[in-house]
Parts: sequence; structure tokens; C-alpha cells
Amino acid sequence: MPLTDSLRDDILASVPSLRAFAISLSGNGDRADDLVQETLLRAIANIDSFQVGSNLPAWLFTILRNLFRSDYRKRRREVEDAEGNYAKTLKTQPSQNAHLEFEEFRTALEKLPQDQREALILVGASGFSYEDAASICGCAVGTIKSRVNRARSKLAALLYVDGAEDFGPDETVRAVIGGSGG
Amino acid sequence: MKEVKSQASQPGAPRKQGGLNAEIQARIGHQLRAMYDDVVRQGVPDRFAELIRKLDGPEAAVQADQAAKNNGRD
Repeated sequence: MPLTDSLRDDILASVPSLRAFAISLSGNGDRADDLVQETLLRAIANIDSFQVGSNLPAWLFTILRNLFRSDYRKRRREVEDAEGNYAKTLKTQPSQNAHLEFEEFRTALEKLPQDQREALILVGASGFSYEDAASICGCAVGTIKSRVNRARSKLAALLYVDGAEDFGPDETVRAVIGGSGG
Repeated sequence: MKEVKSQASQPGAPRKQGGLNAEIQARIGHQLRAMYDDVVRQGVPDRFAELIRKLDGPEAAVQADQAAKNNGRD
């Protein structure tokens, strides 16, 4: 469809969550904003292929995710600027303790395999349905569900238990160490 | 002695969801959203608002995309 004013407004309204998604994926504020900019340019350049009445945020997230994936493959050998880049993007300075907890969480999130991280963010933070998340990631709904479950189990093991062995041989550990690719 | 697996909804049984303690699940969900919403609350940075307003349509976007790529080369 053509780029109408209302479509322009809708795209603009998606920018805050596109940025949050990009930052969660890349862990780097500057790179995230470049990703968002490229996403917007691609979206508008290809606006004719957007179907009226379909899910605009899901369409935009798909573009961003694909850009990130191709970008990630190019850059995977580059050393990331590890400290402070994410914190720089935050307006409110968290208190010392909250900041520590936040950093721990962010570090744990970055340890997840990319497939699991994006599934968890799309469902757990962006608020997409499993179906929309599956369409964004180009996989089956069941695959998204299992990725989200494995992401949660792994985060729990990383954040709330000192080493997975403390769990004992229960289903959580099996989910963490025994998850097969999918 | 191993506890026999029971229905999740049984009263008194430890609340579990997908093999994870419900409280831990809730904490993970809360932290994830806190992190995400912190960025969402920043709204739309000026550069994006300007970008979207000034682009007339697909052709302009293709040109801007090309220009951005050329500028992006280090």
C-alpha cells in the first residue's frame, strides 16, 4: 500500500519498541539505532509489499530481525564494546543494587543462544503471541515455545542458582542441559 | 523417596510452570520487561521522527538507504 500519513504515524509509533528489540538483540545502543534506521528505510522502500490490515509491528520486527541476523554474521568476529554501552542508553540511572542486578540479568541474557534470546524477548517483553513470534522468526509455533522455555530455564540456572548441579536431577536441569536443537 | 508427579493445579503442591518455579519465572519476566520498557519509555528520538517525516515514499527511501550505506563505510 502507498505511504499514507496514517501509515507513517503507525510506523513512528513502532519506533520505541523497535529500539528496545534492537538493543536487547545487540546489547549495544549505537548499533541498535543504526539497525532501527536501516529497518525504517527498508520498510518505507518496500511499503508496497505491506498488506493492508496485516500486523505492522510484526512486519517491522521481521525486517529488523533479518537485518540483525545478516549484520551479526558479518560482525561476529569483532570484539564487542563490553562495558557501559547499554547503560548509556538508559535515561534513569538505576540505584547501585538495582544496577548490579540489572547488569547480571543483561549478562545472563547475552549468554543465551541467539535463537532463544530473540524468542524470549519477542514473547516475554514485546508481547507478541507465539504465532506472531513464529512468523517473525520464520519457524514453527512449537519451535518458538520450546525456545522460550529453554531460554527461561537457562536464565534461571544462570541467575538464581550457583551452577546447574544445585538443582539436582530435575526437569529444569534436564531442560537446560538436555535441550536439543530445534 | 520420590514424590509422585501430580497435577500442577493440586492444592499444596509446589507451583511449577514448565519445570520452573513460578516465582523465578515471574522475576525473569519482570526483569525482562523492566529492561525493555526502559528503552520504550524513551519514546521516538528526533532523528527517526525527522527521517520518517521527510521521506516521501519508496523512491526517497531507496535513495536515503543508499546514502546511509555509503556514509556507513569506514
